[in-house]
This record gives sequence, structure tokens and C-alpha cells, in this order.
Amino acid sequence: MAAKRAERLVNLVIALLGTRQYVSAAKIRATVPGYEPDDGTDRADEAFKRMFERDKAELREIGVPLETGRTSAFDTEDGYRIARGDYELPEITLTGEEAAAVGLALRLWQSAQLAGVAQSALVKLRAAGVDVDQNRGIPLQPRLDAGEPAFEPCYAAARDRRELTFDYRRPDEDTPVRRRVQPWGVVAWHGHWYLVGHDQDRQAPRVFRLSRVTGTPRATGPAGAFQPPADLDLAAVVAGQERREETLVVVRARPGTANGLRRTAVPLGPGPDGDDRLELRTTEPESLADQLAAYGADVLVEAPQRMRAAVVERLTRLAALGEPAGQPAGQRAGQRP
Amino acid sequence: MTSPGTADRMIRLLALVPYLQARPDGVRLADAAADFGVPEAQLRRDLDLLWVCGLPGHGPGDLIDLAFEGDRVRVTFTAGMVRPLRLTTDEAVALTVALRTLLELPGLAEGEAVSRALAKVSAAAGHAAELAAPVAVSVDAREQALAVVREGLERGRALHLHYYVPSRDERTERTVDPMRLLLVDGHWYLEAWCRRAEGVRLFRLDRVDDVQVLDAAAAPPPQAHERDVDSGLYQPGEEAPLVRLRLARSARWVADYYPVEEVTPVGDPPGGLSVAVRTSDLAWARRLVASLGGSALVDEPAELREQVAAEARAALARYAG
Repeated sequence: MAAKRAERLVNLVIALLGTRQYVSAAKIRATVPGYEPDDGTDRADEAFKRMFERDKAELREIGVPLETGRTSAFDTEDGYRIARGDYELPEITLTGEEAAAVGLALRLWQSAQLAGVAQSALVKLRAAGVDVDQNRGIPLQPRLDAGEPAFEPCYAAARDRRELTFDYRRPDEDTPVRRRVQPWGVVAWHGHWYLVGHDQDRQAPRVFRLSRVTGTPRATGPAGAFQPPADLDLAAVVAGQERREETLVVVRARPGTANGLRRTAVPLGPGPDGDDRLELRTTEPESLADQLAAYGADVLVEAPQRMRAAVVERLTRLAALGEPAGQPAGQRAGQRP
Repeated sequence: MTSPGTADRMIRLLALVPYLQARPDGVRLADAAADFGVPEAQLRRDLDLLWVCGLPGHGPGDLIDLAFEGDRVRVTFTAGMVRPLRLTTDEAVALTVALRTLLELPGLAEGEAVSRALAKVSAAAGHAAELAAPVAVSVDAREQALAVVREGLERGRALHLHYYVPSRDERTERTVDPMRLLLVDGHWYLEAWCRRAEGVRLFRLDRVDDVQVLDAAAAPPPQAHERDVDSGLYQPGEEAPLVRLRLARSARWVADYYPVEEVTPVGDPPGGLSVAVRTSDLAWARRLVASLGGSALVDEPAELREQVAAEARAALARYAG
């Protein structure tokens, strides 16, 4: 920003903070240095107006509460003021430990989209007298997916509660589909960004991975158009944490193998052929079947029959990979690892 | 969110005088520049600009007055700029969401201090913090391992790890010199010098079965360098062989979750995706393909395809027997 303009804006803030009265545009023009002086010409008046409009917009953009109004019934035009109580950050005193927590917490954003506002928040806290030393403490580097162009429009629409329209390509679909969503929020889950909201066409809550949004999402309609559900837990929606039924699975593993399974399994003692019998629990049987099949001959499913069948089905398809002419195309729904 | 650059400077200019006012003994210019995250030269330009700003009238007694003493600066007249501007909604969100995330990680910071900081920041933010947060960050908690690793880093001690290596399905034990903690893709990693492998290794904390702080000091050798994680955790060498897979429609998600190259749509299988993964770890590739249960076809290397099929045949023989 040009130094002249920055200087004018700082002077404008000081002038309006220093008065309880509304100050007219004409008075501002006469007392705040840097504005086109009144030489009686329309050209100068126009230049001043344009400049002043831009300055007001800039101040409001960074959060300065610029009020418009009239001090008395005799005023012929609106004036401007900044109420000190609305402008100033209230008193805040943090202990060394609390300030360290703030410093550590804000490192969360250092690679992400909110890095800029995290830095300006930190600047304001420091200006309020809080000493936040970000170099102290443990060496820690958090990294959130930063290059997600859909983040900003989705975040802004969720913040302002405006309806959002975007094209979305699911990995199992060939072309993007237009979606209309009331955005409840964006959430980083397992390091990836998701939009959570109410899908207006499907009339149900939906989760969208931001990297699958194509083009720029567009906010439409007024702000405050909806209310997210009370007690909303964004991460829980993405995790799909509605309690699913637990399946109990018993497997036989050759001694010294299947170490990954053993980390969470309950040992049931030796089996008939010298194998170790293990009890496993899962809420995602499809994903466990994938894992069990990958252990090959080291692991044999005893029960339940459904899990046995699921693993045999996978092994049959895998065995066919080696046949020269026809590798089979998998038909089942893929599960995340 | 405001655009960086123009808005940043205004926010800094409005914060600088209150910042100095809160530190009546003055501040070293270099420290102030670091606190505002700008070079010292920029901070000097900002102070020069503020020096000519002030109350209407702009007489000698109306202007902001600064006193420079050696490398220090303090403010002697504020022209009424005594407090920083209140927090915007976005700033309040960044602060409160980060503190709430930290609250979920009791291994990393004293929970009570975080709670108190959250309460104070929310009170200071006022209505900006009352809004249901439009953003959340969910990370792996791993309380115990985090707490022990943090202690090792803070006290500068070596750690003894029981660590599970999934690509070899192996449980290992090793002594490491901790270097730093990373949070990447929602998982915690300890970056450390592994004395057994004699190299820098990343240990994912959810694969740590047990960890103890040793009495021995952490002493990563000079050749232990932190890796640049901005372009992903795993950077296989250019010379690592390519594994070419054709993913069925149901397995196309693999392209989103693993570092793949040469992604091309294919008609066989219908709606499929041809991808190439660079890895020198064939055991890992074997596990990946096997865990996809036939939804990924192996084009290269033939050796991988045959290994997976042979293993599956051996397993089927057990079920038949």
C-alpha cells in the first residue's frame, strides 16, 4: 500500500477515535491530511468523494467499526465516528503458560489457509501486552493440506451461513455433479479438508472432500440463511461416528506372523495345528476382510462364516491376477485402508 | 478474510503504538520486528510513518512521539492509540479452533492452561467467538506416546521405542535420538535419528507400541537433517522402480491417498484408472495390491503380480484343506 494512503488511514482512525461526536465528511476533508483540498471545483469534490469511499471500505474490511449517524437533529448530513468501546480489544492478560499454549496452538495454521489471520491475531495479542514466544517449547511442525482452492469460498460461506453451489466429482463417478449445499463448516480430518453440510437436493447431511470440488464454489442468497444443528460436531460427521455394530472374528495365525493383527487382538491360545488363535473386533468388516486377505496363507479365518466367505472371495480374485489372459476386474465397493 | 499485503500493513500500523505502550521500558527493534513477523527495515518504515501521524491539528503536541535509544524504541505520546483493534471473526476462529484442537491433545500441552487461555481469548473476542466455529481440525490424539515423546524432546533425552513396521509386518525395538514432532495428514510422526538404522527415520505414533525416555542424552549426529515435508512425507528416489496398477472404479480412491503419477483413465476395467507408484519397497506394494482384493490389476512388474497370485493360491489351499 502506498505510504501516503496508509498515513491518511492512520490519521483518519486517530481523528475518529478521538471524538464522541459524528464528524462530517467536510470536516474530515479539512482536518485529516492527505485528502484533496476543497478548491471549489467539482473535480476536487469528486476526487475527495472517491478517495473517502475507498478509505471507508478499507477500514471496514480490516474490522474497524466505522459508524454513520448524526449527533443532533440540526445536522444536515451524516457524519462518522469510531466508538472506542467497539474498536478496542478488551483487556486480556495471559500467564506464561497460557501464552505458550496460544503460541503452540497457532502453529497449527502455519502451513494452512488461516495462517494470515492467525498471524494478525497474534499481532493483536502482542499489542495488548501478551508476550507470546513461538520459538520456545518443543520442536513441532504441523502441516495441514494448504493447496486447497475450494477452502476459502467454502469456509466463508459456512461462516456467513450462505447457500453454496459447486460441482463435485466422486472418485467412482465419471463426471462432476452440481450440488447445492447449506454449508455447516469445513473440517480437517486425517489431514484432508472436508465440507460438511446439508445437501439441498438429497435433503440429508453430506460430507464432501474439498479436493474433489471442481471449479470455484459460488455462494448464493442472503447471509444467515440457515442454522447448523445445535451440538454439531464437524469431525464426528466426517468420521461417520454413528455407532456401528461390532463384529467378532476369530482367526488362526502362524506363529511369528500377523504382527499387525496381534497388536490389538485378544490371544485365545494355540489352535489344533500349532497356530495361534486370535480374537479380533471390528466395526468395519469389509476393511478387516481386505486386511486379512492381505496376510495370505499366514492367517486363516475360523469364524464367522461371512468373514470366511469374504476373505475367500478376495483371495480367489487375487489368485486370478496371475493368469495371463484375464485379470479380473474387481466389482465390490472399495474400502479405505 | 482480507487480502494479504495491504490489510496486513494497516493491521500492523494500528497495533504498533499500543504494542509499545504496553512495554513502557521500550523494546529492541529486532525483537519488535520478530514479534510482528516482518524484517527490521520494514518495521523502521512503519515507525517513520507513524511518527508523522497524530490528532487533527497536527501541531507538535498532537503527533505520535517515539523515543529511540540505541537499538531500542519506546512511545512517549500515543495520540489516543492505546489498545489494538478488536479481533475479527476470522482471527477469533483461528485462535479458538487452534486452542480447541490443542485441548484434544493432552499429551502436548497442559490441559488446564489451554482451557484458561481458551476462556480468556473467547472473552476478549466477544461476539466474534460466539459463532459456532465454521472450521474444525481433527487430529490423532495418541495421548500416551505424545506425552512421552514430548518429554524426551523437552529434556533432550534419547528414547527407546517398540515400533511396528507395517510394510514388513514386523515389531521392532530401537533407540532413537528425537529431533522433532510432525503432524502430517492427521497423523503424528516423530522424526529421529535411529541408532540401529544409522539414519533419520519417521515414526508414526500410532505404530509405537511402547516408548520410554532414557537417561542418555539425545545426540543426533551432524549428518542428521530434518526433511522438507512440504511436498509430502515420502519422497522415493527418482531411480525407484515404478509399479503400474490399473484401478477398478471401486479402487480409484487409491489415487487420492497415495502419491501416484501418470494418472490416466482407462476403459479396461470400465471406468478404471491407470496409475504409477514409485517405490523401492516391493513388500509394501504387495500388501497394497493384496489389500485391494482384486480391484487393482498389476501391469508392472510381472514379478509383483505373480507373487500376489501365488500367495493367494497358497491361502486358498488352506481354506480348501
